[in-house]
Amino acid sequence: MSTENGRKENGRERIGVYVCHCGTNIAGVVDVKEVARWSKEQLGHRGVVIARDDKFMCSSLGQELIEHDIKKEGLTRVVVAACSPHLHEKTFRTACSRAGLNPYLCELTSIREQVSWVTSDKKVATEKSKAMISGAVERVRYHEPLDPLKVPINESTLIVGGGIAGIQSALEIANAGHPVYIVEREPSIGGHMAQFDKTFPTLDCAACILTPRMSEVGTHPNIHMLTWSEVEQVDGYVGNFTVTIRQKARYINTDDCTGCGICVEKCPKKVIDSEFEVGIGYRKAVYTPFAQAVPKYPVIDDENCIYFEKGTCKACEKFCPTNAIDFEQEDELITLEVGNIVLATGFDLFDARRIPQYGYGRLANVFTSLEFERMANAAGPTEGAIVMRDGHTVPESVGIVHCVGSRDRNYNNYCSSICCMQSLKFAHLVSERTGAQVYNFYIDIRTPGKDFDEFYQRVLEEETLFVRGKVAEVTDATRLPGEEGKLIVQVEDTLAGKQRRIPVDMVILSAGLEPRRDADDVARQFGISCSSAGWFTEKHPKLDPVATMTEGVFIAGCVSGPKDIPASVAQGSAAAARVVSYIEQGELSLEPVRASIEEAMCSGCRICNDLCPYNAIDFDEQLMVSEINSALCQGCGTCVAACPAGAISGTGFSDAQVLAQIEGLLMLNLEEPAVMAEPV
Amino acid sequence: MAERSDLIELVTEDVNLVEMVESKTPGDARLAMCIQCGTCGGSCPSGPDMDHTPRQIFAMLRAGFRNDVLKSNAPWYCVSCYLCTVRCPQEIRITDLMYTLKRMSVEAGLYEDSTAPDLSGTFMDYVERYGRSFEFGLATRHNIRHRPLSVPGMAPLGLGMLTKGRMDLTPHHIEGVDQLRAILQRAKQLEAVQ
Amino acid sequence: MKTLFYPGCSMQRSARPYLDSLYAIQEDLDLELEEVEDWNCCGATEYMSISRLPAFSLIGRNLALAQQQVNGDASLLAACSACYLNLAKTDHYMLEDTVLGQDINTALEAGGLHYDPGSIEVRHLLDVIMNDIGMDRIAELVTHPLSGLRVAAYYGCMIVRPDLDQRWDDPEYPSGLESLMSTLGAEAIDFPLKTHCCGGHMTQISPPTAFELIRRLVHGAAQYEADVLVTVCPMCQLNLDAYQVEMNKHFRTDYEIPILFVTQLMGLAFGKDPEELGLGREFIDSGPALEKIGVETSDESGEPRKKRKKEEGLPMPPMVGGVR
Repeated sequence: MSTENGRKENGRERIGVYVCHCGTNIAGVVDVKEVARWSKEQLGHRGVVIARDDKFMCSSLGQELIEHDIKKEGLTRVVVAACSPHLHEKTFRTACSRAGLNPYLCELTSIREQVSWVTSDKKVATEKSKAMISGAVERVRYHEPLDPLKVPINESTLIVGGGIAGIQSALEIANAGHPVYIVEREPSIGGHMAQFDKTFPTLDCAACILTPRMSEVGTHPNIHMLTWSEVEQVDGYVGNFTVTIRQKARYINTDDCTGCGICVEKCPKKVIDSEFEVGIGYRKAVYTPFAQAVPKYPVIDDENCIYFEKGTCKACEKFCPTNAIDFEQEDELITLEVGNIVLATGFDLFDARRIPQYGYGRLANVFTSLEFERMANAAGPTEGAIVMRDGHTVPESVGIVHCVGSRDRNYNNYCSSICCMQSLKFAHLVSERTGAQVYNFYIDIRTPGKDFDEFYQRVLEEETLFVRGKVAEVTDATRLPGEEGKLIVQVEDTLAGKQRRIPVDMVILSAGLEPRRDADDVARQFGISCSSAGWFTEKHPKLDPVATMTEGVFIAGCVSGPKDIPASVAQGSAAAARVVSYIEQGELSLEPVRASIEEAMCSGCRICNDLCPYNAIDFDEQLMVSEINSALCQGCGTCVAACPAGAISGTGFSDAQVLAQIEGLLMLNLEEPAVMAEPV
Repeated sequence: MAERSDLIELVTEDVNLVEMVESKTPGDARLAMCIQCGTCGGSCPSGPDMDHTPRQIFAMLRAGFRNDVLKSNAPWYCVSCYLCTVRCPQEIRITDLMYTLKRMSVEAGLYEDSTAPDLSGTFMDYVERYGRSFEFGLATRHNIRHRPLSVPGMAPLGLGMLTKGRMDLTPHHIEGVDQLRAILQRAKQLEAVQ
Repeated sequence: MKTLFYPGCSMQRSARPYLDSLYAIQEDLDLELEEVEDWNCCGATEYMSISRLPAFSLIGRNLALAQQQVNGDASLLAACSACYLNLAKTDHYMLEDTVLGQDINTALEAGGLHYDPGSIEVRHLLDVIMNDIGMDRIAELVTHPLSGLRVAAYYGCMIVRPDLDQRWDDPEYPSGLESLMSTLGAEAIDFPLKTHCCGGHMTQISPPTAFELIRRLVHGAAQYEADVLVTVCPMCQLNLDAYQVEMNKHFRTDYEIPILFVTQLMGLAFGKDPEELGLGREFIDSGPALEKIGVETSDESGEPRKKRKKEEGLPMPPMVGGVR
């Protein structure tokens, strides 16, 4: 317990009230001087010994006022009537600490968000402010000095997702000297970036810039990769997470496998590769997703392997020079203890079949963006040749459609951020490799990043034709002569003001980015929230983009919304910096506003156990009472309200505090002098 | 010299043209949400025959060019197929707005070609008289009035319909014609005060 | 299934074959149709163009009469897409826009009528066939499968759009009618213009516009090598059939695609007499096309019709439902 300094007269607390003008935000509506005067006069016998008003209480001068009064007037409690605690609770608590008063003896009441910003009548606003302060004064007398909880931080970190954001995070933390586990669902790390051909605006080869990073991850002494794996369960709290991971059976013993690839060569079963090749290429039943895969070990797809289907073949086993094939291998459950988690699981592409009028899936030569990336990629199914669905005809005209499934209330309301640049990149690649006439159909051209608009200029110079209009239809039903055998893009050229039908050989749909199909489940698993669209919610959209409301769980990359590679990389580094800062501190202070159970009053009914959204309540079978894990508890108050015996109270939200605040708001006891607050 | 309609627009009252058009359209028309993407103009089957595409009409409405809109043939060439409405990324009730513009156009009387309004008017005369539509009457009256020279050319079609039992020479009446008329009368009264 | 029935003015006369063929198969489908007594014209797209409240009230009278007449399931079946849309739209808007709903009822009261929005479920015939009767039952009834008949399934626009709460098939690319055609034994071709507008009343307002819209559809049917185009709406049938001749004159083309009603093809598959189904009253004779039923189709030179080329090269993405 920290010391309560100050003298107590007649058993009363010595309370200081500070009313902020907040410029004209509060003072423009509330008569702050009157409120301060009233507080001193009318609440004097309730314990208020001094009341001040100031233009900006949160300023250094304002804070110093408080500190000065604490020392000089021997204040034992402080009430600040200003903005919402979300903004400056920490500021004022720290000021109190500096003056030697326990920070939790300071109470903020919001007369800005809850009064001046929502009330137009000045008289009413002033009266309401008085009531709010009266409530705060009553409440604060029941506050107790508290100390923050300290939890130790495990040095290891779990990164979920081996795409560019996850890779960046992993390298940063590992280079700082701390152990990292990176979990990846596919057989290799690399994510979507590994599928791309070139990246905008520099037209760097994606694999060329990615694979060195992948190699680094693969060989880093501090990084342990768990590919072909998924997280099954997460327990614990910041600094102390226990994570169970299912490492799926590769049916290949990685200790023996040299990555020579003979098994892949000899495997007789060819399957459409719907993951890496996005369905336009093939792989074998035993495969590595791409040549530069990290790790190099293949996996056997047991749903398509002839051995698993019929019990025959086993060609891979016959030819493997190191006997690394093991058909009896089983999934392994691995339990890890980590201190922090970074979620970097990326995005899924919008399913263009949902827009039937664009013909994807029905018209052979309509491709999605990812299909085109694979086609353009030199290591892809066509070895980089841009051809039509028949596999060999070079198109003479190509239409690129922007905003497929984005900016559209029928599908996804938001802008997918990268598709304009991606479409320009495609235009450039098509022009360069085929000499075809390229059309880009757009609503707006969004090129905000560095060197982006310059890239647009470049594409204009390459004589790509831009038609401003959201494509209405892509069809093969002819209407005019010359349309036979072509795909017709029907669109209103809004700048020219006419409906046009433009015949092309091939259409590329720049499909939008969507959250992963299982985003909801993953969010629940890690105890974080997602938006209605499914993007993970960051702690603050402006000022805290890589943290979540759950301490210790960070997000990076497209999990929180569509973004390009530089932004994903920056977020990966940012999340890593936060993790490393926690690790360096060794110990984390948590808000002491927690619930606790009075053992003597607990009847063991266990109603609270299942109600806790943070799984913080356990049942002690020996004592037959419930108990709360303070580190997991977030102080939400659900159990406090639910307990039928009233055995649970929240520090910082006790019944006495809340009831006193209500009495104060109603100004019930104004005439009577306050006595020493009863112990809670 | 013809008057410049854009100058006239500056002087007239139609800053609230969007609001007015929306208020005459059932439900939440969302005209103000238009991002001028052109999906409607691109989808419209009769778009090539309109003097302004649906998108242009909305741009003009938002700019307050009331007269230009009401002189346009676009609302009358709208076939009410709802393709634009279903595709619009901003969920604007385009077809229903076109119906409103048809009605405003009739009221304003600025649209020079009376073929379409007349067709509707003639059609409704019969319905108000008999409770049912009367195709033979409609086709003859309408074509004689608006395309007299093509009437002889339409004879095979008309004859065909008659001989195949697909057209009546006389109208069919419903029993409750008076009831219907009372309802329509009341509705017209109500609409006049709105 | 017992349901109230709203034929609409066109089914009574200009699309009489539709009504006749529907009555001919009514019993097989276990469909008990009870016509709404003294129903009036729905106003098509005409009344809405010159007035708002009177137009809705005109339609409202039918809904009110239906509500009064209900005994059993409160459903109202319409086989004409425009009538269907008008009825469904009015009911929907009365629910959504309470002021409009009240005004309509004020007008109806002048005729001693009242309608509670939402109390009648307006259904299109095709919806009832697909969802209430079901393809299993249809399959049982098929005694003369339409094998070898290439049918372009044409829905028209008003049956699937706008997508009010009553979306029972996709507003852009529905597939119910194709399933029905396949169940009848016919070859349902994937016709991308299946919901493109037939032109509606443009035949009276601007014939060249209407002819162009008709031409697109007929040309499309020809491009996809359809023997017959099947419709679910009187207006569509009239435009595509009666005006196909006019359209040919206008463009100096010689398309000859017969346009039949869904109930006519169903009747044929159920073994009904063609005359009972109103066949023979089309402008474009369906005889030659129907002669092919049950017979391997071939072109004039006696060669078998060439199959559509199988795609080579890169694999196609998998399709979810629908016709490929």
